[in-house]
Amino acid sequence: MSVRPRAPAVLGALGLATLASILFGLGRGAMSIPPGEVLSALAGAAGLPGTDGAGGPMANVVLSIRLPRVVAGALVGASLAVCGAALQGLFRNPLADPGLIGVSAGASLGAMLVIVLGPAMLAAVPALGALPGSELHLLPFAAFAGGLAATWIVHRFATRDGRTGTATLLLAGIAIAATAGAGTGVLTYLADDVQLRTLTFWSLGSLAPSTWERIGYVAPVLALGALFVALHARALDAMLLGESEALHLGFEVERVKRRLLVAVAVVVGAAVSVSGIIGFVGLVVPHLVRLAAGPGHRLLLPASALLGAALLVGADVVARTVVAPAELPIGIVTALFGGPFFLWLLVRERGRIGTGA
Amino acid sequence: MLALASASVTAAAAAHGYRLREVSLEVRPGEVLAVLGPNGAGKSTLVGLLAGSLAPDAGGVTLDGEALSAVAPGRLSRRRAVLAQHSPLAFGFRVEEVVALGRAPHAGCGRDVDRAATLRSLEVAGAGGLVGRDYTTLSGGERQRVHFARALAQLDVGIGSCGGDTDAGGTGDGARYLLLDEPTAALDLAHQQAVLGTAGRLAREHGVGVLAVLHDPNLAALHADRIAVLDRARLHAAGTPAEVLDAQLFAEVFGLEVDVMAQPRHPDRPLIVAVGRRTPMPETDRRRTGSNRLVARPETLESPHGSWRCK
Repeated sequence: MSVRPRAPAVLGALGLATLASILFGLGRGAMSIPPGEVLSALAGAAGLPGTDGAGGPMANVVLSIRLPRVVAGALVGASLAVCGAALQGLFRNPLADPGLIGVSAGASLGAMLVIVLGPAMLAAVPALGALPGSELHLLPFAAFAGGLAATWIVHRFATRDGRTGTATLLLAGIAIAATAGAGTGVLTYLADDVQLRTLTFWSLGSLAPSTWERIGYVAPVLALGALFVALHARALDAMLLGESEALHLGFEVERVKRRLLVAVAVVVGAAVSVSGIIGFVGLVVPHLVRLAAGPGHRLLLPASALLGAALLVGADVVARTVVAPAELPIGIVTALFGGPFFLWLLVRERGRIGTGA
Repeated sequence: MLALASASVTAAAAAHGYRLREVSLEVRPGEVLAVLGPNGAGKSTLVGLLAGSLAPDAGGVTLDGEALSAVAPGRLSRRRAVLAQHSPLAFGFRVEEVVALGRAPHAGCGRDVDRAATLRSLEVAGAGGLVGRDYTTLSGGERQRVHFARALAQLDVGIGSCGGDTDAGGTGDGARYLLLDEPTAALDLAHQQAVLGTAGRLAREHGVGVLAVLHDPNLAALHADRIAVLDRARLHAAGTPAEVLDAQLFAEVFGLEVDVMAQPRHPDRPLIVAVGRRTPMPETDRRRTGSNRLVARPETLESPHGSWRCK
C-alpha cells in the first residue's frame, strides 16, 4: 500500500513544474536568455512599477517570438491531456486517446483539405479571398469541422436505440481514422512541394506557426472546453464502475457521454488547428498522474492539465534546440519519448492495465 | 412500493422470444424478496427493469404508482441502490474511494458525513478491514463486499448519515429499495449469511424493500419473507418460502429431485436437500410427468388469430 499525496500537494508541485517549464521555454532557444531577463521582460510587458516598460531586443524575442509559442504549447498540452483523461474514463479503457475515436484524424483531414485545396477554392470562389484573414480562419474552422464530423459519424455508427456501445465506438473510431487517413493520403499525393512541406509539419505537429492572432482565436475554445470537461469529474468517476452503475448512481449516462464526446471533438479540433497532430500527450500524461495521484477525476483532470502543459512546453524546447538553427516537428519529440515510456509503463503495470473490459 | 405490472422484455435471440414475459411482482417496503430461477430465466432482466436501467417493451414499472421512467435519475438514485453481478472497474481506486462513489446522490451532506457514512458502510458490509487497499488487488469476494458497501452508502439508511433514517420503519412513500443481483455469488459461507442478515436488518429496522437474486434455496428460505421463482422468462411462483419451495417446484423448474423438510430451528421455514440427480424430465415430457393437472390461465391462451385476452 503506497502513500498517496494529497490533492493540494499534487496540484502545487505540478503548478510549480508548469511555471518552471514556461520560464525555461521562454529562456531557451537559438539564443539563450537568463531567467532574470525573462522575468524582467515579462514584468515590463505587464507594466509593473520599477521596470522601464520599453523592451530591449531580448525582451522582444521573449515577448513576440517565444511567448506566443509557449502559451500555445501550454494550452494545447493541457487540453490534449484533459481530453485523453476524459476519454479514458468515458471508455473505461486506459488506452483511449483522442487519436482512437477518429477525432484527430478527422480534424487533420479537414485542415489538410484547406492547405491543399484552399488555393484552388479561393481561385474558384473569389469572394472567400475577400474576407480578411480568410486562410487563417478557414484552417481552424476546417479542423473543428473535421473533428466534429468524424465524432458524429463514429457516434452514429455506435448508437442504437439511444445507447452508445463503447466497444463499437472504439472500433468505429479506428475505421473512421483509417478512412480519413486514406483521404489525407490522397491529399499528400495531390500536393505540390511547398504544400507537402506544410503537410509534413502539420501531420507531425509543430508549434512554430503560433501567433498571437491564432492563439486569440483558439485559446477561449481550448480553455472553456477543457473546463467543461473537468466539470464532469464526478460523472467520470462513476462511469469507471460501468455505465449501468453510473446510471444507478443517478448520472444521466447518455447525456454525459454525448456532451463529453462533443466537447472533446471541439477541443481536439481546436488544438489540431494550432499545432497539428501531437500524439502521446493525451495517452501518457493521465497515466503518469494516476501513478502518483490515483484515478479519481477531480484530481486527475486538473493535474493532467498542468502536467500536459509542462511536458509539451518542455518538448517544444527540445524540438527547437536539438537541431538548431533548424527545428524538429514536436510530434517526433513526443513520440520519441512517449512511445518507449509507454512501453515501460505497460511492463510496470502489466496485469493491471487492460485487465478491464 | 416498487412494482412490475405484466412487464415484458422481448429478445429475438431467446428461444421463446422473451427475456421476461408478463411478469407482475412487487418489492414491498420492509420485506426481503428472494428471486430464484435457473440460469437465463430472466433474473437479471428483472433487476434491470426494477433498477430503471432497462425499459420494458410492454407492461409497466412503477415506484409508488409513478412510472419509473418518469422519475428523475437523481431522485431515483436516492430511493434505490443496486448491487450488480459484475463491475468492470479496472482502475486502482482505494477501497474507500469506491464506496464513496455511492455517496454521489447525496451531494450536500458534507464531507464529514460522507466520510463517516463510507466507513460505516464498509464495516456493516464486513469490509472494514479493506480500507486503504487498492481495489484492483482484491479477490472476487472482497470486491463484492466493497460494492455491497457502496450500495449501502448510496442507500443512506442504517449507517447513521444525513436524512436517510427519517424513513425508519416507514412503509409508504419515501421507502428505500435495495436490489441485489447475486450478492452472494463470490462470497464464503459466513459472508453469505452476513450480507443477507444485513439486508434483513435493513428491511425490518429501516423499512427498506430488499430484492435479492439468489441461487441457494436454503439461503432464500432462511432470510426471505417472500420468494419469487422465474422460469423461462415467466414468473413461475411467488409466495412465502413454505408456500413456494416444494419438491414439485424443484422438479418442474430445475429438473432436480430434492427432499423438503422443516428447518430444525425454524420449523416454519423449509430446508431443501438435493438428492443429487436430475429427474428424467426433458422439457417435452414435462406435461406427462409430475402432477397430472393441466392449468390454463386465460391470459396465456392464444388463438390462431393472435393472442386473445380478457378485457
